[in-house]
Amino acid sequence: MRYITARKRAVGKGSAHSGTEHHWSMMMSSVALAFLIPVWVYIVGHALGQDYATVRATFAHPFASILTALVLVIGMRHFAMGATMAIEDYTHGTTRKMLVIFVTSLSTVIAVTGLYALVRIAL
Amino acid sequence: MVQFTLPKNSKVLTGKTWPKPAGKNLRKFQIYRWNPDDGQNPRVDTYFLDMDACGPMVLDALIKIKNDIDPTLTFRRSCREGICGSCAMNIDGINTLACIYGLDEVKGDVKIYPLPHMPVIKDLIPDLTHFYAQHASIMPWLETKTNRPAKEWLQSIEDRSKLDGLYECVMCACCSTSCPSYWWNGDKYLGPAALLHAYRWIIDSRDEATGERLDDLEDPFKLYRCHTIMNCAKTCPKGLNPAKAIAEVKKMMVDRVV
Repeated sequence: MRYITARKRAVGKGSAHSGTEHHWSMMMSSVALAFLIPVWVYIVGHALGQDYATVRATFAHPFASILTALVLVIGMRHFAMGATMAIEDYTHGTTRKMLVIFVTSLSTVIAVTGLYALVRIAL
Repeated sequence: MVQFTLPKNSKVLTGKTWPKPAGKNLRKFQIYRWNPDDGQNPRVDTYFLDMDACGPMVLDALIKIKNDIDPTLTFRRSCREGICGSCAMNIDGINTLACIYGLDEVKGDVKIYPLPHMPVIKDLIPDLTHFYAQHASIMPWLETKTNRPAKEWLQSIEDRSKLDGLYECVMCACCSTSCPSYWWNGDKYLGPAALLHAYRWIIDSRDEATGERLDDLEDPFKLYRCHTIMNCAKTCPKGLNPAKAIAEVKKMMVDRVV
């Protein structure tokens, strides 16, 4: 039981003065991925079933490797931000913070691992 | 926080079935009942009405039940013409105003519940204290810094027309209580109704606090919990589109920084 007014409860801690950057980033990455993913899927599909040397040669090509790097960086950033929003929707308190840290870390590890593999292939 | 089950003392039980009245054109009504004073779980009571002796709207039926069958049935109502917003409730799974929702629009039995995901005061009456406080927090009044004019603040016909589709909101809470984001995070998320009103004052050409209003809204929870689910626009009994108003606020936020 807390003797606080309804207005104080509604205002809470006030505005965080943030969120627009997150919103704009999600919009931009959505548009970027709408162009990047189909081309990347086409390249991956083309490489499927090929021998090891051909697949390496495909991803060593500057266009494919730069495209893959963009998909990894933009895609994982988009995933992290989207998943964070979903976590914020459905969880509260410490659970929320732990899950946001986990998702951010996971997406970073996936992006860095992918970039490392790409560098090994392309260079 | 999202909850998938009701607490034990909130599980809705089958209630009393009231005797059928005389008449051939009977219709079945299943109505949520809860009395905070009797310590019992909520229940759904069943009533029957002779439709030949009942008005055409859901509110007519509720008033007839209260007058003729069960005077303890509790609900809000006032204007009976969709202006006051008092009789907002969940009818046949849709949040709407009982006074302007026709019984002919409901197929089969008429199921009536209070607005979802709000504390219930009694029967069909939700506690809207927090909802109203959120509305008050967006400062729903004209804020000016210029000295008050001798007669009135002038507004062009074009600027006035920007308020159409916004000023008609009667704060019935149908939209906010249909919004999943408001269900899960209603403590922080302002909800469609308050945000529609916020936009109504942001877009008002006479208002001089646009920046402050946008500053107050720029928050991951107050504004950006809206995921354009559109339940608000679908359910609004006045035919308004709060989701569009929220999208306009988001566009203004982006315009400030990009």
